[in-house]
Amino acid sequence: MPTRRETLKLALTAGALAASGGSMALAADATVTLPMGNGERPLVAYPGKRPLIRLTTRPPQLETPFSVFDEGPITPNDAFFVRYHLAKIPLSIDPDAYRLTVGGKVDNPLSLSLHDLRTGFEPVEFVAVNECSGNGRGFSNPRVGGGQLANGAMGCARWKGVPLKALLAKAGVKPGVVQVSFEGLDRPLLSPPFVKALDVDHARDGEVMVAYAMNGEDLPWLNGFPARLVVPGYYGTYWMKHLAEITALDAPFDGFWMKSAYRIPDNACACVEPGKTPASTVPIGRLNVRSFITNLQEGATVAANQDLLVRGIAFDGGYGIANVAVSPDEGRSWVDATLGEDLGKYAFRPWTARLTLPAGEHRLLVRATNGAGQAQPLEPLWNPSGYMRNVVECVNVRAA
Amino acid sequence: MTMTPLSRLLFAALFAASPVPAVAAPLTYELPDDTAELRPGPGMENAILCLPCHSADYMSTQPPGKGRAFWNAEVQKMIKVFNAPIDSGDAAVIVDYLTAAYP
Repeated sequence: MPTRRETLKLALTAGALAASGGSMALAADATVTLPMGNGERPLVAYPGKRPLIRLTTRPPQLETPFSVFDEGPITPNDAFFVRYHLAKIPLSIDPDAYRLTVGGKVDNPLSLSLHDLRTGFEPVEFVAVNECSGNGRGFSNPRVGGGQLANGAMGCARWKGVPLKALLAKAGVKPGVVQVSFEGLDRPLLSPPFVKALDVDHARDGEVMVAYAMNGEDLPWLNGFPARLVVPGYYGTYWMKHLAEITALDAPFDGFWMKSAYRIPDNACACVEPGKTPASTVPIGRLNVRSFITNLQEGATVAANQDLLVRGIAFDGGYGIANVAVSPDEGRSWVDATLGEDLGKYAFRPWTARLTLPAGEHRLLVRATNGAGQAQPLEPLWNPSGYMRNVVECVNVRAA
Repeated sequence: MTMTPLSRLLFAALFAASPVPAVAAPLTYELPDDTAELRPGPGMENAILCLPCHSADYMSTQPPGKGRAFWNAEVQKMIKVFNAPIDSGDAAVIVDYLTAAYP
């Protein structure tokens, strides 16, 4: 046990370190330029985060630098992207006073402490990708309004928590309930509250989880401490952070964030002719299939006529990745990649491929196909909100 | 002040060493300062009405070349959907400002 004086000295040192870390990040004043008009962004280290690409300051939106996805199929907590909607995000949370309520049309309304969540239910654990609906929106052509993201608004983590099904069973959902809604601790200043809903059968599928741990640690503050909803295979809009209220409803939830926002064209491609308005829309749902080359940067120079390792990640909304193929010649020929470790059907699936490129410029493509036979389109699909981008990605390299 | 795990431990140690019983305290998070600024231009004072709800980088990161129709639609959305307390006079000035300052 350190003496009080030593403790104080340590505390001051820790404070000074934290302060210098902060000012270093500011002093560096690093920026990145994403490959889109108005693409200049600062790199800023928030508490608990490494320097991330800041899209907006208040409410904060932080994008993961793409190089992180080459570190492995699990996205580290300090690199995981951040997206808030409302003006007043929680900046003070007492873990002892925190309660998650389960109410509405239930027989036994619940008010659960963090301790209740951690000890009162059999925990479950799985790996799943959380991807923002608007990941890659900044590449829409024509451009659309909204958060101008490159492809860093996605991440894959090991989540641990309580199945939502167990909470709903304990509360006793009444007959006639059709949806369950979710609200966090965030509060609007003037705008509609951020509330999302799932159909009751989805909410009770045994997979949707109230997570209190991420990659073996408490959830990072900006990723929803102390507990968030995890909806594997579905876009991040449903993964309510700082989850506080679960409500069983006997009519479909008709709040703004379900009825008007986060909606996609009601057709198989979730797309319309660029610039057109869809005739009808539905709430966004499952992730579509995507893949990325992670070890070669745009414009990289590689060795000609030698064995070239190409690696990356692929994922989809839960059918699992069946095939990844790489094209060295803009799609005239394709080489099957070797799939790596399978962390589960909702996880990033690493892959590797080997190419030998003659001297010259090459446009490398990567295309994934999922277990349902759905493949990435060669041409981008467009919708007015810039959601669900999943075009075959390319990286231009020079072999010399 | 942001409580790192280390500083939480140290604070706990401080309380343990003092005669005052330890009291559980809320954890806090400190966001970096909002340093995003509105671009200068006629009407900037009116556009300050936008800033209670969001920082100025919500404007500056929007796609270039979208023009007046885009900015008008954004301002109308903020008023009608997000309940921004901006009257029609201010709205017109703000649309002019955004169109000129964020071309």
